[in-house]
Amino acid sequence: MAGASGLGTGPGAAGGDGDDSLYPIAVLIDELRNEDVQLRLNSIKKLSTIALALGVERTRSELLPFLTDTIYDEDEVLLALAEQLGNFTGLVGGPDFAHCLLPPLENLATVEETVVRDKAVESLRQISQEHTPVALEAYFVPLVKRLASGDWFTSRTSACSLFSVCYPRASNAVKAEIRQQFRSLCSDDTPMVRRAAASKLGEFAKVLELDSVKSEIVPLFTNLASDEQDSVRLLAVEACVSIAQLLSQDDLETLVMPTLRQAVEDKSWRVRYMVADKFSELQKAMGPKITLNDLIPAFQNLLKDCEAEVRAAAAHKVKELGENLPIEDRETIIMNQILPYIKELVSDTNPHVKSALASVIMGLSTILGKENTIEHLLPLFLAQLKDECPEVRLNIISNLDCVNEVIGIRQLSQSLLPAIVELAEDAKWRVRLAIIEYMPLLAGQLGVEFFDEKLNSLCMAWLVDHVYAIREAATNNLMKLVQKFGTEWAQNTIVPKVLVMANDPNYLHRMTTLFCINALSEACGQEITTKQMLPIVLKMAGDQVANVRFNVAKSLQKIGPILDTNALQGEVKPVLQKLGQDEDMDVKYFAQEAISVLALA
Amino acid sequence: MIDYATSNEQQDLFCQKLQQCCILFDFMDSVSDLKSKEIKRATLNELVEYVSTNRGVIVESAYSDIVKMISANIFRTLPPSDNPDFDPEEDEPTLEASWPHIQLVYEFFLRFLESPDFQPSIAKRYIDQKFVQQLLELFDSEDPRERDFLKTVLHRIYGKFLGLRAFIRKQINNIFLSSNYLTLPLPFFPSSIINGFALPLKAEHKQFLMKVLIPMHTAKGLALFHAQLAYCVVQFLEKDTTLTEPVIRGLLKFWPKTCSQKEVMFLGEIEEILDVIEPTQFKKIEEPLFKQISKCVSSSHFQVAERALYFWNNEYILSLIEENIDKILPIMFASLYKISKEHWNPTIVALVYNVLKTLMEMNGKLFDDLTSSYKAERQREKKKELEREELWKKLEELKLKKALEKQNSAYNMHSILSNTSAE
Repeated sequence: MAGASGLGTGPGAAGGDGDDSLYPIAVLIDELRNEDVQLRLNSIKKLSTIALALGVERTRSELLPFLTDTIYDEDEVLLALAEQLGNFTGLVGGPDFAHCLLPPLENLATVEETVVRDKAVESLRQISQEHTPVALEAYFVPLVKRLASGDWFTSRTSACSLFSVCYPRASNAVKAEIRQQFRSLCSDDTPMVRRAAASKLGEFAKVLELDSVKSEIVPLFTNLASDEQDSVRLLAVEACVSIAQLLSQDDLETLVMPTLRQAVEDKSWRVRYMVADKFSELQKAMGPKITLNDLIPAFQNLLKDCEAEVRAAAAHKVKELGENLPIEDRETIIMNQILPYIKELVSDTNPHVKSALASVIMGLSTILGKENTIEHLLPLFLAQLKDECPEVRLNIISNLDCVNEVIGIRQLSQSLLPAIVELAEDAKWRVRLAIIEYMPLLAGQLGVEFFDEKLNSLCMAWLVDHVYAIREAATNNLMKLVQKFGTEWAQNTIVPKVLVMANDPNYLHRMTTLFCINALSEACGQEITTKQMLPIVLKMAGDQVANVRFNVAKSLQKIGPILDTNALQGEVKPVLQKLGQDEDMDVKYFAQEAISVLALA
Repeated sequence: MIDYATSNEQQDLFCQKLQQCCILFDFMDSVSDLKSKEIKRATLNELVEYVSTNRGVIVESAYSDIVKMISANIFRTLPPSDNPDFDPEEDEPTLEASWPHIQLVYEFFLRFLESPDFQPSIAKRYIDQKFVQQLLELFDSEDPRERDFLKTVLHRIYGKFLGLRAFIRKQINNIFLSSNYLTLPLPFFPSSIINGFALPLKAEHKQFLMKVLIPMHTAKGLALFHAQLAYCVVQFLEKDTTLTEPVIRGLLKFWPKTCSQKEVMFLGEIEEILDVIEPTQFKKIEEPLFKQISKCVSSSHFQVAERALYFWNNEYILSLIEENIDKILPIMFASLYKISKEHWNPTIVALVYNVLKTLMEMNGKLFDDLTSSYKAERQREKKKELEREELWKKLEELKLKKALEKQNSAYNMHSILSNTSAE
């Protein structure tokens, strides 16, 4: 076999023996010394190729030590390395050898750059699953211990994510040690480590025995929830959900609730915000009794919190709160305990709060039933429909289908109409765009007569809006309406108005006619297209403006498949041929394309 | 008015007014309590005057009330940011609504700390770690005026309370390490504190330099505080020249890849460092440094190229280059030569010619050798590139071959097994 051992040989040393003398390691070293970061990165990304070429033994004995000792590089390269190693178990010989991957990953888990550390930790978690229990205790747990007692905070933060993956399969003695280490990290000097510990508290609790949860996790939770840093306290709130799912009702009342009550009144708005944000999970975890006695009053406070962010977060959760209450109590609780606070929010000073409310308030109608909706919710909807902030009005209109289920929006139609009209003419085009998107839905629910009487002219007006995006959306809107209301309706109401635009002095409007025809022809069918639309299109072939003429060609290409052969050969072909001789280059181009696509040549 | 009262009455009045000023007003509501707000403002003004112009008024019994008044006014939970995508260089910052009062409280605080009657030994009962912790949390304030005051206040406290210094340094460390530098530019830690570090530098201080100050160069709003940051780095190097190599390697590691404005700043900082570098230290970093300079010189962004070429206007740097010309010229030659023929900007081309001329005068023979081997070098590089690609192709084929072998052997095993079991 090839004699030269060791890692320093150059790549050109390929002997006569083909594969074995390729010295893949040598190739890698050379690559990794290259000036260009891209080349170094590419080599690392193909690490598995190198490992395969080397075979499992040489990968273990040569490649891994090289990666452990000599890699100090750009973070991008280190990140790629951390990722590769996570999938290397097969390449080092399977689970029995998985622990060989630990040394390089341990180094990567301590570097300054967070992204690299996180990826290394992710890979370590993956590999831990592939360790045998013996290997876990012999290699993995010591690694975690070393990280947990590292000097610089980076290794200690990495350790926090590794406890829960090695705990379940460890022996009892080792389990006690692991719990001990976690405890000390929860009261670490640096806030960064305490934050990491707090964020993993829930995950760790889930793999512990119930006794340990009560005797060790709960005190840790209580401490972290009263940490001097609000960034730590708010992570404790997240952990609260996981912990609550593990304990009995009685235990919850004595062990967890006092801390949670504290969090609801925390002086930092971020912590209170977290409570609001996690409210549904907390509700489900705590159960109906605690919800009624403690969580609902807490929720009321959050709805009238002094910070708008907190109020908005709570407002977002109103519907879910209702849906997670026991069925028999839902209506009463919402009516008596939540509704009064919501009524206040309708006139909140902050637009985000009102917006948040508008999106969920409609959902309450299914919970409260018809009568309550008409008496209590309807006034709120109507008030929000007239709100000065367009997002609020839009949120109401976009959620109309909920209300329709319960009371039918005809009731609202008188109030809806002014709101719709105002939104349709809003100065901001994005608001106008949003209302157009809802138009087919509204039309379907309000019915064709109402539509024709009140909304038809709006839809026409949008076709000649200043903003192209609006004209385009309006065209699509017409197509959907035709699909809903049918071809006869189209023929009677829409088509004539569209075709009239073909004589508009503004060329943009004449083009809009063509775009409408493009969109409507399929829905309208062959007869209407041939008898009414085609003549107009053909006439516009003689338009003064080149843009109109080449769009005629494009239109003919689009509607061609709907026409019959007579029309195509007799009427379309001559016009296209004439356009093919046009003086304008674009007109010629599109005409010729149409001819070839329609196979008229 | 305090001035017109007798000495004892003055003391009482002073304390009463301090207690009065603990009452807070809501500035979010611009029309409420206008009269009371004005009275408080006038009182605060009075208090500022009182401690600034009189001696012997800061007596032991007053410390408690003074600190209480200050705490009541400035220690508050800061509201959420209106603008989560705040760009420190572009956007207008959100100002503190109650500034008319808070500004005077800060003024008062400073006069208090700076007063010749101020006694840290008494004050330390009230200005303790918890107080400093709360002060540091206020650095999150979006109002730059407040952060400015906080900086000065913190500096005074650091100067006068020796027992708090380690604590302050640790907390600042944590703040810098936790932030991802993407939001507000942190107030810069005064370089006079670094000046006060004793030699030999403690490990803690070196760690601060390498793990906080150097990574801070990646901050988005670097332009706002780069001058001070660079000055601090240079100060460290003047204290301990052995830090030169790790500092330069650190800067090279964080060298900006896409932001040309930052590249120019980095080049400026490198020049400042080179201005004070010892020749022995220079030898240690000349290779990696000039590899980067070589890239900068050939940058298509003319400001970057120009800034790098301006190094050749610096007498001291020129002398260092000359001393080490045999190492440096080979590194610089290729890009300079290429640029002299290819760069779009005529000013740059002119500068490059001057630089080439200077280098030629330093070592004519080496220069000629490099010129004649230039073409050959380029050919060699191309050949090497092809060889690389060949090798990778072979490796891929090898990988496929082995995978196929594995598959085949598995198939053979399978057929052997199924044949044996069939029998």
